[in-house]
Amino acid sequence: MLKYITRRILAMIPVVIGITFIVFMIMKMAPGDPARMILGDNATPEAVEALREEMGLNDNYLVQYGRYMINLCKGDMGTSYKNNRPVVDEVMTRVPATFKLAFVSAIVSILIAIPLGVLAAVKQGTLFDNASMVVSLIGISMPAFWLALMLMLKFSLQLKWFPVQGANDGWRSYVLPAIAIGFMNMAAIARTTRSSMLETIRQDYIRTARSKGISEQEVISHHAFRNALIPTVTIVGVQLGGLLGGAVLTETVFAWPGLGRLMVEAVNARDVPTVLGCIVILSIGFSIVNLVVDLLYGLIDPRVRTMYH
Amino acid sequence: MNGTVDTNKEVQKKNSLAWDTWKRLLKNKGAMFGLVFMVGLVLMAIFADFLYDYDTQVIAQNIQDRLIHPCMAHPFGTDEFGRDLLARIVHGSRMSLVVSFTSVAISLAVGGVLGAISGYFGGMIDDIIMRITDILLAIPMTLFAIVIVAALGPNTQNLALALAASSIPIFARLVRGSVITVRDVEYVEAARAIGANHFTIITKHILPNCMAPIIVQVTLRIATAIYNTAALSFLGMGVQAPAPEWGGLLAAGRSLIRDHSYLSVIPGLAIMLTVLALNLLGDGLRDALDPRLK
Amino acid sequence: MEKEYALNIEDLKVVYKTQHSVVHAVNSLDLKLEKGKALGLVGETGAGKTTTGLAVLGLVPNPPGIVERGSIFLNGRDVLKMNKKELRKIRGKEVSMIFQDPMTSLNPVLTVEEQISEVIRTHNKVNRKEALEKARQMLEMVGIPGERGSEYPHQFSGGMKQRVVIAIALACQPDVLIADEPTTALDVTIQAQVLEMMKALKEKYNTSMVMITHDLGIVAEICDEVSVMYAGHVVEHGTLEDIFDNTRHPYTRGLFDSLPNMEDRSQRLKPIKGLMPDPSNLPEGCAFCTRCAYATEQCEKVKPPRFWRNDTHYVECHLYSENDIQKGEVLKNE
Repeated sequence: MLKYITRRILAMIPVVIGITFIVFMIMKMAPGDPARMILGDNATPEAVEALREEMGLNDNYLVQYGRYMINLCKGDMGTSYKNNRPVVDEVMTRVPATFKLAFVSAIVSILIAIPLGVLAAVKQGTLFDNASMVVSLIGISMPAFWLALMLMLKFSLQLKWFPVQGANDGWRSYVLPAIAIGFMNMAAIARTTRSSMLETIRQDYIRTARSKGISEQEVISHHAFRNALIPTVTIVGVQLGGLLGGAVLTETVFAWPGLGRLMVEAVNARDVPTVLGCIVILSIGFSIVNLVVDLLYGLIDPRVRTMYH
Repeated sequence: MNGTVDTNKEVQKKNSLAWDTWKRLLKNKGAMFGLVFMVGLVLMAIFADFLYDYDTQVIAQNIQDRLIHPCMAHPFGTDEFGRDLLARIVHGSRMSLVVSFTSVAISLAVGGVLGAISGYFGGMIDDIIMRITDILLAIPMTLFAIVIVAALGPNTQNLALALAASSIPIFARLVRGSVITVRDVEYVEAARAIGANHFTIITKHILPNCMAPIIVQVTLRIATAIYNTAALSFLGMGVQAPAPEWGGLLAAGRSLIRDHSYLSVIPGLAIMLTVLALNLLGDGLRDALDPRLK
Repeated sequence: MEKEYALNIEDLKVVYKTQHSVVHAVNSLDLKLEKGKALGLVGETGAGKTTTGLAVLGLVPNPPGIVERGSIFLNGRDVLKMNKKELRKIRGKEVSMIFQDPMTSLNPVLTVEEQISEVIRTHNKVNRKEALEKARQMLEMVGIPGERGSEYPHQFSGGMKQRVVIAIALACQPDVLIADEPTTALDVTIQAQVLEMMKALKEKYNTSMVMITHDLGIVAEICDEVSVMYAGHVVEHGTLEDIFDNTRHPYTRGLFDSLPNMEDRSQRLKPIKGLMPDPSNLPEGCAFCTRCAYATEQCEKVKPPRFWRNDTHYVECHLYSENDIQKGEVLKNE
């Protein structure tokens, strides 16, 4: 198992290299001259040219990428075009806010979604099933940033239960952003759990389990649930990726001091190094989530486990 | 020798399959709501100019009518420049639909070709294409779209391009998977045995038989594209004002949310209902195309 | 002397109700299994054999399946009158079922010893460790090394999986074992091994067995009596000798004729023509009349009564009457 984990972590390296390469090259297509941006419109062409040379902007893109990667390994993400500060400082101060919010909302939505999906499947066709599936359907269709606005309108502006913006009010500042981000995940996970439960309950081995004389509760919890978790884990991984991507939107609405908002600001300011830094960190976060998901597979499904050895 | 006969039989079988699917779909209330809603929306988008004149009613400012709450004359109210929100929503549907349909069409075409090549030929080509899609899928999709818009500049065209690029890997994966499952079945081997070339085999024998998952995925991808169009426009990275787009309308209404919440509520509802309709339709199609499930 | 039955099914009727139709899976089925004996339940795919087996365990999937009437006496008690708790007590303990496809009958995420020990723990007062110990003994019993118990189903071949399924079924030494085509999904060579083993274990535990199959060879191999089932109903029943040597029902004859004859290989197979009638739309009279070479107008209209040839052998067919049931020549040997 340890060997497998090591191998999987090593396998992440080319993915991270690939991501940075693709994003780096795309960002190089951005119009405008960074040197000109830093120095302003009044700078002489000579000064701009000198800065370009200094920043290495005249080198071949591949050379520039190589240099970026070497620096990245040293923990250096370059300097922000906007305020000349090291990108890594800026990014790292924002990381905890984003990941804390993502974590809280992921845990809560998973803890609600999975029991909901299982119950809905077990009580298929009942009012409970129908009601929870209607809610889930609305959940996967509702734009998170709109939900964020609506929650803010009702609970912050009208009822004044929670702060309107920012993360300075302890747990109370987490409530609305976590719901806004998590609702869609909850809905998607509940739907998948339900349908994979229904699929599993139809399997022959469930019939075998029933024929042993064990209680229906045991049939569900011991036999059906673990099998049904396999597709559920997949969707959890996908959803957490969406959660990190969706952070960009909800953080903007709630003025949350996280990576997402930093990235939006950086995009608007054409601050390429900061955008790159945010993407790298978020993608690494996503890759780690995927790694955890893969390891969970092994934990749940012995067929995957034998494939490692 | 009987290659054509086989194909004809396949076609006949396909037709009855399509018919059965349609009959099953008709029985699904949710899917029917989705279908009717989408047909209505598309018609509304096509005939938007007959309902409201773009220049005078959608774009032109009309300060004396600003911020009128929903009433008989303006069912959805007016915005801070006195423009009728209903008119802007109606014309906004055009933006959402055009951007999302184009982006899905592009990603289906590019992703489909890549996936078909990858799945059909296997080996090195497959490895390379799949490693690249692995990498692209490791970037959260919304972020990837934002990066592309950031690089190319925020406008409608680049938005469509960005959304297309970000879902290419998904279609590549999907088509590859479908192709692999039908690649080695007997009728394909039979076609190969009678000397059909790769192109014929892929287009005539393989692709028609993996249509079911593709149709479902296209429907659901359009939903995602509508969502992301709104999301990026909301962030100011998509359709630019004064052109009406639902996400953009929402962003404009946001600053006035305290006293004029209808400006935020209504565009959001429009996005949600459209995405909901497509999700219902996609679910219904999946159930109808695969009667084993449900 | 009244015979002692391990299983006695009378007038069982099971239907599957869907939105558009009612499928009559089992129709007025009578089935008697004497203690310690093996009964072959023979018929084509779709004859309702599996549904009958499931009904005995109270496992007919509902919805859509409904047991409409009848009784199933297991050790003298009617299964159909039992509540959920009582049903759970008999499943695995008094009656077990071996399912057709070993590939899908085992839970992929649990080790095989867990799956065997589960049934042991459910019905015996043993702790986890003792149950696992017993599970390994059961594995040895079906010819699998005990230490392989910690492996998962996907690490076993098809034949081995079916052995595991058999171990689960026999773990609590049930009085009645229902084997639903236990060898159909296996290779021919493995089939023989598994059958041999089942026969030996049945002797060892004195289990009464219902062998559901469409293979008359298997019936000849291990059964004492045979019930021939068509469209959810037993059309002919008797001992091996009754059925094999004194075949009465045209359908039973058809089953024999569709077997290849090893002695005379020049003889052509004579498959039964046509298909089983649509079980949601069965004929009013004899269900076999649509495919029967002897069918008359009466066959289409009236359900044939039961004629007894001797104490053990009966047939339901209009070809016979109380008087001529003894004579076998009604069926032409084409």
